[in-house]
Amino acid sequence: MTDRTRVIHSGFAQPGRGVGSRLMYIILVTASFGLLLLGKADPVFMERVRSQISDFATPILDTLSRPISSTEKVISEINLLSDIRTENEKLRVENDLLLQWQSTARKLEVENKQLKGLLNFAPDAEPGFITARVIADTGGAFVRSIIAGAGLRDGASKGQAVVTSEGLVGRVQGVGTRSVRILLITDLNSRIPVIVESSRTRAIMAGDNSDRPKLIHLPPGAVVSPGDRVVTSGHGGAFPPGIQVGRITAVNEKGIMVQPFVQRERIEFVRIVDYGLKGILDAPQKINKAINKAAGAGAKK
Amino acid sequence: MKPGFLQRLDLVARGSTPFVLTALLIVMSAIPTRIPEFAHIAPMLPLMAVYHWSIYRPDLLPAWAVFIAGLMQDALVGTPFGVNALVFLAVHMVVLNQQVFFTGKSFAVVWIGFAMVSAAAFILTWALVSGFFGQSTGLMNMFFQYLVTLGTFPVLTWLLMIWQQRMLSQE
Repeated sequence: MTDRTRVIHSGFAQPGRGVGSRLMYIILVTASFGLLLLGKADPVFMERVRSQISDFATPILDTLSRPISSTEKVISEINLLSDIRTENEKLRVENDLLLQWQSTARKLEVENKQLKGLLNFAPDAEPGFITARVIADTGGAFVRSIIAGAGLRDGASKGQAVVTSEGLVGRVQGVGTRSVRILLITDLNSRIPVIVESSRTRAIMAGDNSDRPKLIHLPPGAVVSPGDRVVTSGHGGAFPPGIQVGRITAVNEKGIMVQPFVQRERIEFVRIVDYGLKGILDAPQKINKAINKAAGAGAKK
Repeated sequence: MKPGFLQRLDLVARGSTPFVLTALLIVMSAIPTRIPEFAHIAPMLPLMAVYHWSIYRPDLLPAWAVFIAGLMQDALVGTPFGVNALVFLAVHMVVLNQQVFFTGKSFAVVWIGFAMVSAAAFILTWALVSGFFGQSTGLMNMFFQYLVTLGTFPVLTWLLMIWQQRMLSQE
């Protein structure tokens, strides 16, 4: 350090030594522990406070995150230009293949419709989407979540599934007026009811803050193997069934690892899916409301 | 009276910059970089700011400001409320108690000090978050985040130093 800094040093009194500041520390440390306990006791309330603060930072984050995405776009544009020829060739082959699939799909669609007609099948509700830009990727080793720039005013609500075209991203953990916090499927606290597509084996996909969530609670005797696709099962009513999640990469003594289709750093826009399912997440609030109503009615009497 | 008032306003504005810069670093850390794997090991910029101002200008970043910065960090990152508030306060407290040790020392000493203080801060964060959720949040990412934070420290300190000399030395 330079001499100048030393001059700055000598200029001020030493804080943090007096009785007053010691008391301040005690108050603040107690307050921190109090907040931790409150967070444990009433997570819904603390999540609301968090959403309020995120809302406050949303305009700043929204503005700051734009240059990054535009710079990134320019770079990817240049990359694309350099291998446009090979890309073209690849797309042509893929297009031929897809056209074949399309005709197959059309045939199946008609057949499916006829069969459903024969069975009087009740169709699933058409989902509604909210598309939002990711404005914060709040990193760190401890929590895996992102913030997107849509909120209550756009119709987002807690517990909704969040997807990209590649697959499931996570679920809405907290909603503010103009921002939502999305808990990624890789987070420690993420538990998603899934089904292994080929064998129809039910399981829970549990995040553990690594890039490979694990499948747990499989029925005894279940057979899964690397390469199997995993999709949401819709059990528990929190998520609609059939959203693709990932692929099983390893089955060993450490567990059954799943590689998600969605890569975190590539998420720029997300779709918050409203399937009209209220799910298990709303239950406690509903019960509370019912209790309050009953109490209110009792008081009136 | 008028110039006096403006002068005082200027002083207050300059004096608030340590907190404002810390808050800005908290928000900046949340901007998506879209670099693969970076999000999990991104440097803890606010921790460096708290450490820096606690050494050089603790009068401008008092305990309550550190507490608020910690709550902001908790709100944005998604850690349970109180975790970063506690960690930042602990860093502030330790550094202030070792004021004599840091005063007028070379940058290497300050850096080594940071290596120790931030290691303790990371372990404390891990213990608090793991305790809150009832399961370990994983050690590997934390270790890498610590290394990246340590490596970024000289750059940020250099920038904060320039700011300090330009904006805060005239008081």
